[in-house]
Amino acid sequence: MLSYTLRRLAFAVPTVLIISLIVFLMLDMAPGDPTGSLPLTIPLEVREQIRISLGLGEPVMIRYFKWLYMMCVTEPLHIVQGMTGWNIAPEGPRILSWQTRSPVGDIIVQRVPQTLWVVGMGYLFGILIALPIGVISAYRQYSWFDQVGTFVSMIGFSVPTFFTGVVFILIFAVWLGWFPSMYDTTHVVRDWNSFVFQAKQIAMPVAVLALYNASQISRFMRASMLDNLNQDYVRTARAKGLGEKTVVLVHVLRNSMIPVVTVIAIGIPTVFTGAIITEQIFRVNGLGDALIRAIYVSDWPMVQTITFIFAILIVLFNLIADVLYGILDPRIRYD
Amino acid sequence: MPEIGQSVLQVQDLKTVFSTRAGDIHAVNSVSFSLQPGELLGVVGESGSGKSVTMMSLIGLLPMPPAEVRAGTVQFGGRDLLKLEQKQLQALRGRDIGFVFQDPMTSLNPVFTVGFQIMEPLRKHMGMDKSAARRRAVDLLELVGIPDAERRLRDFPHQFSGGMRQRVMIAIALACDPKVLIADEPTTALDVTIQAQILELVKDLRQKLGMSIIWITHDLGVIAGIADRVMVMYGGQVVEYGPVREVFANPAHPYTRALMTTVPSVRGERAPKLNVIEGQPPMLSQHPTACPFRARCTHAFERCARENPARYTVLEGHDAACFWDHTTGEPRNV
Repeated sequence: MLSYTLRRLAFAVPTVLIISLIVFLMLDMAPGDPTGSLPLTIPLEVREQIRISLGLGEPVMIRYFKWLYMMCVTEPLHIVQGMTGWNIAPEGPRILSWQTRSPVGDIIVQRVPQTLWVVGMGYLFGILIALPIGVISAYRQYSWFDQVGTFVSMIGFSVPTFFTGVVFILIFAVWLGWFPSMYDTTHVVRDWNSFVFQAKQIAMPVAVLALYNASQISRFMRASMLDNLNQDYVRTARAKGLGEKTVVLVHVLRNSMIPVVTVIAIGIPTVFTGAIITEQIFRVNGLGDALIRAIYVSDWPMVQTITFIFAILIVLFNLIADVLYGILDPRIRYD
Repeated sequence: MPEIGQSVLQVQDLKTVFSTRAGDIHAVNSVSFSLQPGELLGVVGESGSGKSVTMMSLIGLLPMPPAEVRAGTVQFGGRDLLKLEQKQLQALRGRDIGFVFQDPMTSLNPVFTVGFQIMEPLRKHMGMDKSAARRRAVDLLELVGIPDAERRLRDFPHQFSGGMRQRVMIAIALACDPKVLIADEPTTALDVTIQAQILELVKDLRQKLGMSIIWITHDLGVIAGIADRVMVMYGGQVVEYGPVREVFANPAHPYTRALMTTVPSVRGERAPKLNVIEGQPPMLSQHPTACPFRARCTHAFERCARENPARYTVLEGHDAACFWDHTTGEPRNV
């Protein structure tokens, strides 16, 4: 298993490098220019000087390798230095956001906590809701619980989050006034009251994401349970005189979790990318919000970096899913 | 009719119906039989004749719904199994009645070790702790002839061959020293040499442990080799029942006789074609009011379409459900 993991990690490196090249080149070739949003009164020569000062004067491959080096070495070391205080960061240029002129690494470090809190909790709650619903729905197939669960999850799955988000704001923020419609990042939890406020402001974005994720995962859980409930080994377990609880929650669930766990693992990076829109609606200034704003103003270094991080996450969690599969299913042997 | 006495298991008028969208399926119709201590009862019949469903009904292993046991009594250890609560049935399954199923490839849970699966009933029914259950599991694996038992407990089912897995299934079924072992086509999915090994094993275990066995199969050869008595089923009914020698030497029901002719002979000229019983088994959409075999029967006459024949005594302990008398070749005068 270990050698398999290492081999897969080694294969992931070229994959990630090719992705980085594609991301870099596509954005480089994209229409739009960092000077595009500047006033038209600026003469062409000045514009050209601005472009050169932003580092756009060099050939594209040189710029790519410079960016790649900074992306993979300089920025991570700066981030580690910022967190630990060790003096390890190299001298030299960093990837600068064209928009703010500050290093993208610093911006990302500022943005990640909000995304992790809001999106992470949305995913976590989604899983916690989905698993029991999926199990009960499958065990009581075609009962009213299953009918309602399947219907709700179908809606949650087919209605996009930007719609449910707006509906939630309309109902709970505008009409009922229970929750604020915007997420205030500067809010600090100091005492009970500020904690209640934090819980209130995080409730709606988390609920929107949890509904969407729960819909998806509960459908997987239900289908996987149904696949296993009719297996012969379930009959064997019953014939051994085991209680229904043991039969379902030990024998069936353990088998059903194998595909579900991998789906959950593969879903983690898509949650980051998919939450871009939810972050926009609730004004959560997380990673997705940073990406959208950078796209608006053609801030290519920022866009390239965040997209590349998403790509790394996807490759990494695919690897994690494969390894988990091997751990959960004794029949799978990679070596 | 089966004699009432010191039998281990006494089934009377068992009736099981499946409710489906297309209507009811009467899978088991008034089945009665008894099982004596230490006896091996062979149950034969073609697919869909109700062999497995009968045995699963006894112990509540059918999914309900769609299945429903509509009538009958199952006397076991002074209790009627059909009237027991789910909890009481669970306490009985695996402890007093062991099961071995047809397909050893899928009957074991793939993600748990064989040791865990053998120890489960031991810990649940016998209250053993982990180390006692482990010792017993090693004994059981040795009993069913798996070498290096200690180490193999840690293996997963996919690391065993088909025959070995069936041995593990038998070990699980025997774990708590059951009074009755129900084996549902345990050798059908195995190739013949492995089948022979399993049959030897069961013969041997029966002598060592002295339990009663119900052996479901559609292989008459297997029945002839190991059973004391045989029960032939057709269309969810018992059509013939009696001691193996007697039934094989002197089959009274046309279906049993037809079954005997389908067994290919290993001596003499090779037949150009295998013998078959022409026609299809009946669809049991209602409770039978006529003989279910009449459409395929070479001796059927007008009464067979009007009435469902009751079981009559051919000889002491041997009965059949037919209006035709095999000794005279004429309709019975009853």
